[in-house]
Amino acid sequence: MTTKATTRSPAEIALIAFAFLFAAALLLVPLTLIFSFALREGLGVYLANIAEPTTLHSIGLTVLTAVVVVPVNIVIGVCVAWLVSRFNFRGRQLLITIVELPAAVSPIVAGTVYLFLYGGQGLLGPALQGAGIQLMFTVTAIILVSLFVTAPFVARELIPLMQQQGSEDEEAALSLGASGWQMFWFVTLPNIRWAILYGAILTNARVMGEFGAVSVVSGSIRGQTNTLPLQISQLFNDFNVTGAFAASSTLAFMAVLTLVLKSALEAKGGWR
Amino acid sequence: MNKLLATAAAIVAIGSTPAFAQPTDILNASYDIGRELFEAENAAYAASGATLTINQSHAGSSTQARAVLEGLPADVVTLNQVTDIAKLVEGGFVAADWATQFPNNASPFYSFPSFLVRAGNPKDINDWGDLAEDGVQVIFPNPKTSGNGRYTYLAARAWAVEEYAGDDAKIEEFLTKLFNNVPVFETGGRAATTAFTERQLGDVLITFEAETLAVANQLGTDKYLPVTPSVSFLSEFPVAIIDKVVDNRGSRDAAKAYLDFLYSPEGQEVAAANFHRPNDEAVAAAHAATFPEIRLVTAEEAFGGWDAIAAEHFADGGLLDTVFLNQ
Repeated sequence: MTTKATTRSPAEIALIAFAFLFAAALLLVPLTLIFSFALREGLGVYLANIAEPTTLHSIGLTVLTAVVVVPVNIVIGVCVAWLVSRFNFRGRQLLITIVELPAAVSPIVAGTVYLFLYGGQGLLGPALQGAGIQLMFTVTAIILVSLFVTAPFVARELIPLMQQQGSEDEEAALSLGASGWQMFWFVTLPNIRWAILYGAILTNARVMGEFGAVSVVSGSIRGQTNTLPLQISQLFNDFNVTGAFAASSTLAFMAVLTLVLKSALEAKGGWR
Repeated sequence: MNKLLATAAAIVAIGSTPAFAQPTDILNASYDIGRELFEAENAAYAASGATLTINQSHAGSSTQARAVLEGLPADVVTLNQVTDIAKLVEGGFVAADWATQFPNNASPFYSFPSFLVRAGNPKDINDWGDLAEDGVQVIFPNPKTSGNGRYTYLAARAWAVEEYAGDDAKIEEFLTKLFNNVPVFETGGRAATTAFTERQLGDVLITFEAETLAVANQLGTDKYLPVTPSVSFLSEFPVAIIDKVVDNRGSRDAAKAYLDFLYSPEGQEVAAANFHRPNDEAVAAAHAATFPEIRLVTAEEAFGGWDAIAAEHFADGGLLDTVFLNQ
């Protein structure tokens, strides 16, 4: 693609200016406000708010959840996408629909379904309790619902891409004597790495920000099962507005960090 | 295969509470707006030399009862609804005689629906009758979802029953006007408070006195003025030990020691300092200046007990619906 240095028409300039203004008003201003509210009582108060043990724990818990959920969903997403784009089998369309289902379900419903399944009055809960296994209101439950809610994100990015790319490259690799693993590592993966990365970023953002589903199954035990969004909501309800914004700023910071990481990887041109 | 099962079990067990012989911590499942109070109580408990760690979970009182039924491993509950403990009794989680296991109906402190108005009291709101006047906007949480809101309904009704000498038509007219004066029903007590303070909605907030005094204290008496009505409805904050959990963990003694602390002079002092009325007479006397005189009616006196209230007022199609839904 070549770009020619041309003089832009006034309409073009107006349109570009409008786009920038729009982005600033809708995205930049709220983001800046978060940080200015968080810092309005000074850096010392800000740091003290973040260092507050239950807030610190909620940050750790949110990161832990993302660290578990993102890789698991990448592996599952790649497997599913590979399966449905490379093979034709009965129930293929059904599999796609099932994987996409969580995206169509409200998170609060997802949480409630888990409660009805694994809760003490639920379908499997009594049996689990009999075996001494506590699932609901633990970190495990938070990770499970987060997996559920974000299950479609990687697969959704990959399926259309892999269907469009087709399997010619892979067949060529195999016919030239590559092993299955070599084919995946040197042919398939490089072709889909950006889609994986994009899916991972979507998953990460959603996991860190998820409120509805997690709020149902977490039990909101401070310092144990309170994720960052739950902690922010509680701080805000406690009239601790500065604390709430301080916690929000860490969430915003992690989001920005993710984007910077993505840009850096893109600029470097890959991870191989 | 066995190895796989063991791994799965290990993964599932992360974050669950194993049964220790000597528990070093207990979980207190508590109501939504009790966070500041129990943070202070737990700090005082630790300062009293207790080595037990108290973990806190906070949500709406009924939500917490539900969570315990679904398996939230709480050793004790400290709620604000007698009816929520009744649900736990039904589920076999709490002993039927819970109310006599601790003094004062197992309620270490108490409060009641009271008023908070804007500085100078521009609408001249002094008692329940003033809330039904034209042009007065009243904020209190939805009685369908909030225990706090149900207490407000019962307090207003108790006043009206006395004021109109049991004339049902006049009582209903008053309550309908009162409900019509509410621009928006928030789902919980704290949400109603933030609607009144942050969003500046309404002329008067009705919520527990513990909340009206705390808000005036925290946000400034130059902005908000607590007003105590002539009569209100006793709001108890019942505590109970969750038998199923403490028997499983062997934490009954720890749970009892913690709840006993709430009744101790130190625990009562913390409650009073956080604007919950103490039962301890010495502590109450020391804080007499904070708490104005008020006449309180109980569920038994005014409405024949909580079972009768549930059946007559809060059941679908009950008396609450006639003034609330038929607006």
